[in-house]
Amino acid sequence: MSERTNSAWSPSSRELERARARKGINRKQALIAAVSSIIVIGTLITIVLTSPGWEIVKKTFFDVNYGREVFPTVIAGLWINLQLTFIGGACIGVIALGLALMRTTKSPALTPFRFLATAYVDIFRGAPLILIILLVGFGVPALRLTGISSNVIFLGTVAVVLTYSAYVAEVIRSGILSIHPSQRAASRSLGLTSAQTMRYVVLPQAIRRVVPPLLNDFVSLLKDTGLVSILGVTDAVRAAQINASRTFNYTPYVVAALLFLLITIPMTRYTDRAIRQRTSAQNAEGAI
Amino acid sequence: MAHVLELSHIRKSFGAELVLNDLSLSVQEHTATVLIGASGSGKSTLLRCINLLESIDDGQIFLDGVEISDPLINVDEVRRKLGMVFQSFNLFPHKTVLENITLAPMKVQTKSKEEAVDSAMKLLKRFDLADKADQYPDRLSGGQQQRVAIIRSLAINPRLLLLDEITSALDPVLVNEVLSIVRDLKSDGMTMVLATHEMGFATQVADEVCFLESGNILERGSAQEVLHEPKNPKTQEFLKRVHQAGRL
Repeated sequence: MSERTNSAWSPSSRELERARARKGINRKQALIAAVSSIIVIGTLITIVLTSPGWEIVKKTFFDVNYGREVFPTVIAGLWINLQLTFIGGACIGVIALGLALMRTTKSPALTPFRFLATAYVDIFRGAPLILIILLVGFGVPALRLTGISSNVIFLGTVAVVLTYSAYVAEVIRSGILSIHPSQRAASRSLGLTSAQTMRYVVLPQAIRRVVPPLLNDFVSLLKDTGLVSILGVTDAVRAAQINASRTFNYTPYVVAALLFLLITIPMTRYTDRAIRQRTSAQNAEGAI
Repeated sequence: MAHVLELSHIRKSFGAELVLNDLSLSVQEHTATVLIGASGSGKSTLLRCINLLESIDDGQIFLDGVEISDPLINVDEVRRKLGMVFQSFNLFPHKTVLENITLAPMKVQTKSKEEAVDSAMKLLKRFDLADKADQYPDRLSGGQQQRVAIIRSLAINPRLLLLDEITSALDPVLVNEVLSIVRDLKSDGMTMVLATHEMGFATQVADEVCFLESGNILERGSAQEVLHEPKNPKTQEFLKRVHQAGRL
């Protein structure tokens, strides 16, 4: 907005006085924030450190040397979680988009698909993920079908994809429904077909709108891939569990948790920033 | 002169509410037909029916002699011949001004990108908006947005332009920059049907003015006849109210 330059401007004495006052307020606020943080965090640390069981907890959960020892096996497991997340995520994106489009279509030829998509979402959104993993992981191999892999990593991924596609489809559908009908009217009045309108006008806006909840689901997905460990997949959770049950020292769990956080926190921050930048490029009022 | 548009005995209701009641109208080539009337008199619905955004309950609509109210007609084909400009602009917020304008020429008329950009830029230059080509709509003033919306509807070279209270969402200072485009189009010979509350403007561009009340045309004629020497008492009453509101 501010394309005009104001190089010739130098602040008035009143403005300088105000700037000093503002600086004073800022300094005071920073001081208050620092003091209150020290009190709250200090209290929490004191409570933990002076608790009667702290010495034992420190040994069994925060054993730095043991943590270093198990680190390679846990991070090898985490690699499986990451693969599951990205390959699964790609499949989820495609399937969820398909489901969302099927559920929002008005085309009479696709009526049966609309019903099927609705039933699919109802079932997989309603059933606990852990049950779906168990049913797919143990049920599908029991069918003894030829051509279907009984690899637990594959079956675990399938189960996660089945469930998450239902969640993500609903997120995308809510985005599609949130686009004002006047956008559709404008597009149709230009002669675009309903499919073109969806492709060029509705979907781009809808997806943009649901990026934050989609990212939320993506972070959940990364964490939930840990559930495939119940099928015997040696992911980060399973690797930590094996080590912990071998020595009765739970440090591997803490290592696994920290590794998950190391990925999820930057991911969230990065996407938040990306959304803000894109919003402010399109919206004069900026991101609020 | 040939009739571009012909409406015969149109009826449209939303549930129990009758919005258009046995309405007939014909529009000749190169003329501007202005629809006036109170809010809720059916002006917008009439325009939306012509553009097939609403289906009619009875009657017939002909475009260049072809019945477009035929349920078997390809609605997308029909809409390609009609331009429509909305009260609230309805620009696509995720596309730049240029992309807004070139979308239909590229996807509907399958023009090449160069060709579409070329003619879009020509239109933007003509209406003093060339420097806004790469801006997103939200960065523009309301008047600029509505001018872009008009250009977007012109980019498909419509046979007939439908303008639905295109200045109602603008503040008075911006109204004129939008109306001057319409005046330009009028002198180009564009066939138009427009709903408006700007009576002064209606006087300038209208070849025919229709006063709508309760879904029917109560009075029609030249701007002079309808706006300045109305015969129907309801038209007189409406214009008196408009006059009191200071819009004549």
